[in-house]
Amino acid sequence: MVTRSYMSRREVEQQSFSLGVAVCVPLGAILLQVLLPMLFPALAILDLPLIVTLFFAISRRSPIAGTMTGATIGLLQDIFTSQHIGINGMAKSVIGYAAASLSSRIDVENTATRAVLTFLFSLMQSVLLYLIERRLLGIRDFHQLWLHELLRATVNTLVAVPVFLLLDRWKRQD
Amino acid sequence: MEFLTRFKNALFLIAVLVAQAIALAVQVRSPVDAGEPDGRSVRLIRMWATATVTPFERAAHGVGWGIHHGWSNYIDLRHVRQQNQDLQQQLTRMRIEQAAISEDALQGRRLQAMLGFRERYVGSTIAAQVIGASGSDQTHVLTIDKGSRDGLKPDMAVITADGIVGKIRDVDPTTAHVLEIDDQSSGAGVILQSTRIRAILHGTIAGRVQIGNLTADSRIKPGETVLTSGGDQVYPRGLPVGTIESIAPDPDHQPYTAIVVRPAVNLNRVEEVLVITGTQSDLPADAQQDLSAAEAQHAADLSAERLPGIHDDQPPGTAPATPAAGSPATPPVVAVPHPLPALHPDRFSSGSTPPAADLKPGAPISAPGSATPSGPAPNSQPKQPAPKQEPAPTSPQP
Repeated sequence: MVTRSYMSRREVEQQSFSLGVAVCVPLGAILLQVLLPMLFPALAILDLPLIVTLFFAISRRSPIAGTMTGATIGLLQDIFTSQHIGINGMAKSVIGYAAASLSSRIDVENTATRAVLTFLFSLMQSVLLYLIERRLLGIRDFHQLWLHELLRATVNTLVAVPVFLLLDRWKRQD
Repeated sequence: MEFLTRFKNALFLIAVLVAQAIALAVQVRSPVDAGEPDGRSVRLIRMWATATVTPFERAAHGVGWGIHHGWSNYIDLRHVRQQNQDLQQQLTRMRIEQAAISEDALQGRRLQAMLGFRERYVGSTIAAQVIGASGSDQTHVLTIDKGSRDGLKPDMAVITADGIVGKIRDVDPTTAHVLEIDDQSSGAGVILQSTRIRAILHGTIAGRVQIGNLTADSRIKPGETVLTSGGDQVYPRGLPVGTIESIAPDPDHQPYTAIVVRPAVNLNRVEEVLVITGTQSDLPADAQQDLSAAEAQHAADLSAERLPGIHDDQPPGTAPATPAAGSPATPPVVAVPHPLPALHPDRFSSGSTPPAADLKPGAPISAPGSATPSGPAPNSQPKQPAPKQEPAPTSPQP
């Protein structure tokens, strides 16, 4: 006899990760973010913590988990980038929440959708950082080069697609 | 209760954002110790985080360094003997040149001492290796493998052989963070080498180095060298900063100009740095040795120089009295010829002007001969060479 249950699409497709993956992947991303620009300075434009935040948020599909993941990764990034602790934390909390909320409404397994999401959320993060620095902290000298931010979003998108495919291997269907 | 259940996701997000906003406000508003960029608690958090990551950074740096230098050493060793000889010769030439420059610097110091200016020289340095970067193009911070245990403190200048890199931002026991000069929050007092215009240098959001507090000046040209002025009490005076790359009106801060400086150091490729841990008012010992050697050499050169009217009357084959070039202990002998007496002396004749100490401001200069000068000033140099028909005294005056 087939057992039937009433679960939403979101609940059916929620995925989780082993503790090792959940801890090591974000830490590895932050470590690489610190080390890679030393070897290749141009890679400072890349935001690996953002890519990892997006991946975990859209995979878990839980806004609370997305918020927590974004906040943790963002705070760690703030600590290592010598910025005020909370700038990236706040921006990535919002990104994690928004990505997780959106992923329960659209198909995020599609590569094209993932690419568009990464591009848009990368731009959204630039806007959030600008607002936090200029409006919340009142740093008048803070400027964003928007063309540069567009380039950053493009680079993040190009890197995120293969990274997502790689990380998909560690997914665990609940 | 239903409200909480329904909006738990949004409420959780708001709670997280509020908590972080409060934490930010505390960091921004809390009193910071002098010389420290962060409060004590934030410093502790950063220190713990850095201590966690540093072993990985050291390992990655070690592996990368080993691979890179293993290969390059293999390539370089093929010609290392010849290169070593070339470099030794180059070093010898450079030491002589440096000594000559040091002599000029010494003269400058004497003048500065008369004006009450105290020059600070680099006294002691600590070599360190770069083991990490900030990982963001919005902040330009390096991590080096020396910390407070090695005597490093915030605001110490960090340089390479090419020029300045930045200053120490904060220090952990075994590591330190260097704020590069192209970071938005960095600044340095600089001086333009040829025009001697003082300015303030700072980094920009685009990671460039810029002077922004000068108005348009036709004397400032691209290619001019920019040096540290020493006025910021961080960087010793005279260290290379870079060269002016472009000059354009600053649209955001009129009427100032945005002078972009190309750093002397390739800030993206810094591997080893020197941290200036102490300055001193005297030249370092080795520089002083070079200076004394240069003074002896300079004296020898002056003696050997064929000044008109000194050696022309010497019989052929008589070598001029030159001290041995390799004996710096020989007291320097400076040949200063006596000027010949003028046939019709006037107020322009050598020795007719009284010493400056005897003059009074506003008083008319007395007629020639009234000042009764006893002779030429000890250090006076003749403007015109003596005629060959009347040779000058051959005995050099010490």
